Amino acid sequence: MAYLWEVFMDFRGVIWEGTLTTLYMTFATVGLAYAIGLPLGVLLVCLGKGGLFPNKTVHGVLSFVVNTGRSIPFLILMVALMGFARFIVGTGIGATAALVPLVIAAAPFISRMVETALNEVDAGIVDAAKSMGATNFQIIRKVMLPESVPSLIRGFSITTIMIMNFSAMTGAIAAGGLGDMAIRYGHMSRNTHVIIIIVIVIVIIVTLIQLLFNFLAAKIDKRLA
Amino acid sequence: MIILGVVGVIRLVGVSKVFPNGEVALDNVSLTIDEGDIFGIVGKSGAGKSTMLKLIGLLTQPTQGDVEIFGENTCAIKNSKANAIKKNIGTVFQGYNLLMQRSVARNIAFPLELTKTDKKAARARCVELAELVGLADKLGAYPASLSGGQKQRVAIARALATSPKILLCDEPTSALDSFTAKEILRLIKDINAKLGMTIVIITHDIHVVRAVCNKTVVLDGGRVVEVGETGDVLDNPKNPATKMLLDFQI
Repeated sequence: MAYLWEVFMDFRGVIWEGTLTTLYMTFATVGLAYAIGLPLGVLLVCLGKGGLFPNKTVHGVLSFVVNTGRSIPFLILMVALMGFARFIVGTGIGATAALVPLVIAAAPFISRMVETALNEVDAGIVDAAKSMGATNFQIIRKVMLPESVPSLIRGFSITTIMIMNFSAMTGAIAAGGLGDMAIRYGHMSRNTHVIIIIVIVIVIIVTLIQLLFNFLAAKIDKRLA
Repeated sequence: MIILGVVGVIRLVGVSKVFPNGEVALDNVSLTIDEGDIFGIVGKSGAGKSTMLKLIGLLTQPTQGDVEIFGENTCAIKNSKANAIKKNIGTVFQGYNLLMQRSVARNIAFPLELTKTDKKAARARCVELAELVGLADKLGAYPASLSGGQKQRVAIARALATSPKILLCDEPTSALDSFTAKEILRLIKDINAKLGMTIVIITHDIHVVRAVCNKTVVLDGGRVVEVGETGDVLDNPKNPATKMLLDFQI
């Protein structure tokens, strides 16, 4: 244990830098992927059977694209998109380049999370809004999204943690972050202690994220007395 | 085909509704509901009551025939016009259908938000309606903390927010105990007396129509089998479907 502490003190600069890069990759991805996944999830619900504007064909195409995006293993997606990342952000390696495959991997997952959350909204409430003359846009903005906020927040925590896990893999394209540190200073230098310390740091971050979002969801959820 | 009255706030003329699976929900129904009526629509499950309410509430279109609201044929109008008519129709649902993430005040104000009513005016209207339904002290509460009767009062207040001319009630008391149900029916009667509003109630419960409705229609298999003053319909039933409804009342 004392030795572990010694190793931590030796590598604290590296671990701190890795933590910041991991948080940057995670939250930048969350922001960008939600910008794509949230509207996509809303569209999946609205175009689906019993939705606000059902369309079997468009829903089928969208659903296929989302399923395909979710099926590709992240490691393959990351390597395959290196060229595309170079085109988008000017480089195929590094943390910012890693955002491209991370966003593309996370957006379909988020859209399904959003879809599940929105489907939990009682159809009767949507009917009530329709009976009051609400437009489809008003129903989405004032009924479906606000009513599913607690579920959306819970989905947000799952997504954030998943993206953090994915970001660890971006070490393979020298993206930096805790995963990269674990590979470089732990695995390649045959230093198991560094790996253990990095795992502990990741567990602490994941626990904090989970606790924060659980607290927020419970605070915001008014559906139960 | 039985036609009651000549002109009315709500008119159904030769209305049929057939679902895509071939099921006939309504079959050549004609009906007139006059201003200020508390009109009961009764029938057993599957008689076509809910479909009729959805047609009046502009939530579905008939396969055949015309539905006229305030003299306007709703089958031949654009969405924007339909939404304008909907704002003159308030609906109270069996399951309350309240927005669970909104407080009582924000639930009541919801239809006013849709019409982009000034916030100050909406707040004043909320307070006024909460007082009318006896929930002035619950404006900040959330629906999950309310009893069934209180939830239905919120739903009624919400339905009245835009000062509609018609109030549609879909089985408004069936989820409530008999004491609370009586209170809600008294409230509906008060609203009719105070605001002169036309009220349409669909129910399978004869007690409800007897307690509040001045006119009643009995539906069976999607057809109108009896219609008239509530006393006449219930005290001198002519059709076997009406007799059966009366026989099966607890």
